[in-house]
Amino acid sequence: MINYNHKSTLNNHTRSIPALLVMGTICFLVILCLSLINGAADIPFSTVIDAFCAFDKNNPHHLMVIDLRLPRTLISALVGAALSVAGAIMQGTTRNPMADSGIMGINAGAGFAIAICFAFFPGITYGGLVLSAFLGAATGALLISGVSFSQIGGTTPMRMVLAGAAVSSLLAALSQGIALSFEVGVDVLFWTVGGVANVTWPQFYLLAPVISIALIAAILLSPSISILNMGYDIAKGLGLNTTLIQLQCMVVVLTLAGVSVSAVGSVSFVGLIIPHFARFLIGVDYRKIIPASGVLGALLLMLADLCARTITPPFEVPLGVITSLIGVPFFLYLSRKTRRGF
Amino acid sequence: MHSQTLKNNHKKTAVRNGILIISCLILLILSSLVSINTGYSKLSFADTLRILVGKGSAHENLILFSFRFPRIVLSMLVGSGLAVSGCLLQGITKNPLADPGLLGINSGAGLAVTVFVLFRGGSTSLSILTLPVVALTGASASAAIVYFLSYKKEEGFAPVRMIMTGIAIQAGLSALTTLMVLKLDDTQYGFVTSWQVGSIWGANREFVISLFPWLCVLLPLAFSRARTLDVMGLGEEAAGGLGIAVNKERKRILFIAVALAGSCVSISGNISFVGLMAPHLTRRLAGPRHSIVLPVCALMGAILVLTADTIARVVIQPSSLPAGVVVSVIGAPYFIFLLAKKEKNTR
Repeated sequence: MINYNHKSTLNNHTRSIPALLVMGTICFLVILCLSLINGAADIPFSTVIDAFCAFDKNNPHHLMVIDLRLPRTLISALVGAALSVAGAIMQGTTRNPMADSGIMGINAGAGFAIAICFAFFPGITYGGLVLSAFLGAATGALLISGVSFSQIGGTTPMRMVLAGAAVSSLLAALSQGIALSFEVGVDVLFWTVGGVANVTWPQFYLLAPVISIALIAAILLSPSISILNMGYDIAKGLGLNTTLIQLQCMVVVLTLAGVSVSAVGSVSFVGLIIPHFARFLIGVDYRKIIPASGVLGALLLMLADLCARTITPPFEVPLGVITSLIGVPFFLYLSRKTRRGF
Repeated sequence: MHSQTLKNNHKKTAVRNGILIISCLILLILSSLVSINTGYSKLSFADTLRILVGKGSAHENLILFSFRFPRIVLSMLVGSGLAVSGCLLQGITKNPLADPGLLGINSGAGLAVTVFVLFRGGSTSLSILTLPVVALTGASASAAIVYFLSYKKEEGFAPVRMIMTGIAIQAGLSALTTLMVLKLDDTQYGFVTSWQVGSIWGANREFVISLFPWLCVLLPLAFSRARTLDVMGLGEEAAGGLGIAVNKERKRILFIAVALAGSCVSISGNISFVGLMAPHLTRRLAGPRHSIVLPVCALMGAILVLTADTIARVVIQPSSLPAGVVVSVIGAPYFIFLLAKKEKNTR
């Protein structure tokens, strides 16, 4: 019965991955152009072209395009892809429509680690900061999965969200306490809402390989996630090593979410919205959902960053605020909807 | 014969309740004594007595009457208000996980306070008196949003959906608050952040004066709803059959709860989980009847926040930890424990 439904949904959605990739690339280029042109200072399109073809070191506009706007746009695309794919994997493996790195305490864990770093290791390097944010993210995620799987018989989506909220507020309280006691509150705040404003090429070179490898790993894992999504018993019956696959998925999710959060601060709800959108567009097969989520997430975060820069220039609206304002109504809609089989 | 045993039972419960209230009071007095004696400058019991009689030096008088006392009184007031608010919310939603912090009431108040600080500046005495009103407006607005969004015509209030809605609204409101916080200058920023972590900041007499009247009105109002809450616990239909206008009463009680939480939070800052823990502990000790649960709950909340504030002052000596952080550190694991337990019962 279920299989039959799956098939018909798959057949109904004729949009294929290549078509989506082509569309995605076109949109990507358009948004890239827009974000290179727009900002605190508008730069004409011809100058942008010049900056690429005939780069002039002494032209401030060229410098702005190549050294400021290009890396931050590329990073927001990467981070958007990473967060959405992490969300998709989490939703697929836990069969939880509400899964998202922000809701599941990964952001709070990373924030806690960052607060500790600012308080106790003031001279920490960027790489060290990223690493510790990753460790913090892992701690947060382990706490939450520990709590919500503590009962025999697994967990429910609601319970994971509640456990996530509780652990998040615990970690947030701890990091606020640390931030206040050591007077690093402003640093932590700026990190939390930092967005991609301060990303430059060195950071891009550090983050890009890690995220790319994790994204490729996610795509390689996607067939197993599709099987896992049918339920643990079926997956086991089909000969899947569920524990191993889940462990691998966990590592990929932590890498993607942890590194993203360490780079751009707390950005919630991207990992929640995008996989749902992808599922709506191309059906329930995670072999398609995961790449599609990557593409759509990249586009969404680039757009969000563009909005963040252009709504009230030169003041920047924090990226996390924009994604939250889009995400909250969506979350409300999801939690109101009568639950269907997931 | 039957009425005889009934009478005896009544007598027994009355005695038990009396003992419960008295022991809570003793505990409260003990914890305030401990609280007086902890802090940056030490005052022993003998010193305290001496100062109370009026033989302290000017410095000691200053410490006791201007710093310690207001802070202790404020913690107690805030604790009892939040605890009773949580108890009311748990009663009307029949949701053991309800808490003003989790339902977005605190963040609503937080946003309102931030906006107010942004436009009106720092802490003048005028703003201290108007702060509860401002916070109350924000709290009511967010509570109304959560109320309407979590109500479904066919199903009424599903407890879990209410909390989910609360969490979402909280996320949205804190995003907006962050946006506002970024526009604050340094002093305003310090004010708002220390407010957000629930540090019972700058506790002085003015804060006590501005909070006290609210609780004087709202707590008796809450206590007067004890019977209604008992009946509503039987379920909507039964309560309706027993002659209670369920919807009207629910809105009324919700308003009392929001007003309590809003006014307390406006002074103490964002303290979560008190409204969750205190009612649970109380129900365990006092049983289900609200006529006894509500007062004991108020005492229990007072003890909790007072103890948290004392711990907060001890842990990191010179710069004290915010009480809200301590409460969260105790409360979040408790919430998780409840979550695990609740699941077991329904299965």
